Amino acid sequence: MAGTIYMIVRLHGLFAVVMLGGIYSLFAASMFVVLDAVDVAFTEAAVGAGISTVLMLGALALVKSEEKVGSSHVFVPLLVSLIAGAALIYGTLDMPHYGDPAAPIHQHVAPTYLSDSLEKTLVPNVVTSVLASYRGYDTLGETTVILTAGVGVMLLLGGGRRRRRKTGKGDE
Amino acid sequence: MTDWVGLYNYWIVVFLMIAGLYIVIARGNLIKKLVGLNVFQASVFILYITMGKIEGGTAPIIEEGIKVYSNPIPHVLILTAIVVGVATLAVGLALVVRINEAYGTIEEDELEVQE
Amino acid sequence: MRHHLVLRVVTKLLIPFILLFALYVQFHGDFGPGGGFQAGVIFASAFVLYALIYGVDNTLQVVPENVLRVGIGLGVLIYGMTGVVPLFMHVPYLDYSPLGHEPAHGQEYGIFSVELGVGITVFSVMATIFLQFAGRSGADDEDES
Repeated sequence: MAGTIYMIVRLHGLFAVVMLGGIYSLFAASMFVVLDAVDVAFTEAAVGAGISTVLMLGALALVKSEEKVGSSHVFVPLLVSLIAGAALIYGTLDMPHYGDPAAPIHQHVAPTYLSDSLEKTLVPNVVTSVLASYRGYDTLGETTVILTAGVGVMLLLGGGRRRRRKTGKGDE
Repeated sequence: MTDWVGLYNYWIVVFLMIAGLYIVIARGNLIKKLVGLNVFQASVFILYITMGKIEGGTAPIIEEGIKVYSNPIPHVLILTAIVVGVATLAVGLALVVRINEAYGTIEEDELEVQE
Repeated sequence: MRHHLVLRVVTKLLIPFILLFALYVQFHGDFGPGGGFQAGVIFASAFVLYALIYGVDNTLQVVPENVLRVGIGLGVLIYGMTGVVPLFMHVPYLDYSPLGHEPAHGQEYGIFSVELGVGITVFSVMATIFLQFAGRSGADDEDES
C-alpha cells in the first residue's frame, strides 16, 4: 500500500493516478476481509474500487488529463504532515492493544447487541440488524445525505449544455 | 518499551493517513487532491476496523458453535462513512468540472492568479 | 465497430447476472454480508456498464430520467413511511415491533422494507450521477473507455 501511495505522489498522468487510487481501495477491502469485516469489505470494494473510480474517470474525460510539471512546493507540507504524524503517534500510545478482548469498546453495548440480536430481530447478520433496527435513525440520515448529494450533482451539472441529440439540435 | 509491540497497527494506519494528508496539501492539481482525500478516508476506515477486531473472533454473523465475534459497531459506522464519502466525492468532482469550465484550468496556482 | 463486437456480446450476456446478483445481495442481506447499500451500488453498476458500451442515449431510453428522479425520492419516502406507521400504532418512531403478529417478526418486516428503500435511493442516485457526468457535452462516449 505504501508503494501505491508513493506512485500516486510521483506520477503526472492523472489516468494512472486514478487507477492507483482504485487499487488502493482494493487493498483496503482485502485488509477488511482479513480483519473480519465482511460487510465493510463488500461495500468498500463496490463503492471505492467501483463507483469512485468510474466517476473519477468520467470527470477526467471532461478536464485535461495531465498534471502540470513542477507545480508543488515540497518543504512546508512535508513538515506539517510530519508534525501531524508525530502528534497522532503520541496520541496512540494510550490506546489498547490490537485484538485485545478487554478493550473498552467491547464492554458496553456490543455484547448486548451480539447476544440479543438473533432473538429480538430473527436476523443473523448483526451488522444489518444494528444498521436498520438498533441504529435505524442514523441510517435515515445517511440516506438523506445520499439524496442531497444526488440533488447537488443534478444542480451543478444538469442545467448546463445538454448533449447534442441525434435529431441535430445544436448545443445550447 | 514492550507495550509498543501491540500498537503497530495504529502506527501503520498513521503512516498511511499522513501520506494521504501530504497528497492533499502538497499537490496543486484538484483531481490529485481528491484522490489523496480518498486515500486518507480509506486509512481512517482501516483505523476503526482494526480497533474493532478481537483476537480469535470471526465475522459478526451469528452461527452455531462460534463463541467469539468481532465487534459489529465499528462496522456499522464505517459502512455509513464509506457511502457518505462517495457522495462527497461525487459533489466534489462535479465542482471540479464546473471550475474547469469557468476558468479553463484545474491547477491551484493558476486558479489563484485568475481569481 | 467490429472490434467492439466481443464487448457488446459479453455485456449483453453479463448484465442479467449482475442485476440478479444485486437482487440477491439486497434480499439476502439478513443472512450474509450485504444489504441495501451494496445492492444499490451493484444494481447501478450494471447500468453504468450498459452506458459505457452502448452510449448514454440508449441508456436513457432504457431507464428514462424521470424514473431515476422519482426513484431518488421514493426510497427515502419508503424509509420514512416505515417509521411513521408505528406512530399510528402508538409506539415510538421507527420502532418496528407492532408491524407483525409478534415483535420479532415485526422487526423483520421493518428491516426488509427499510433496506428496500435504501437500495432504491442508492441505485437511483448513483445512476443519476454517472449519467450526469457522461451526458455532459464535449464528451463523446460511444468510443469512450
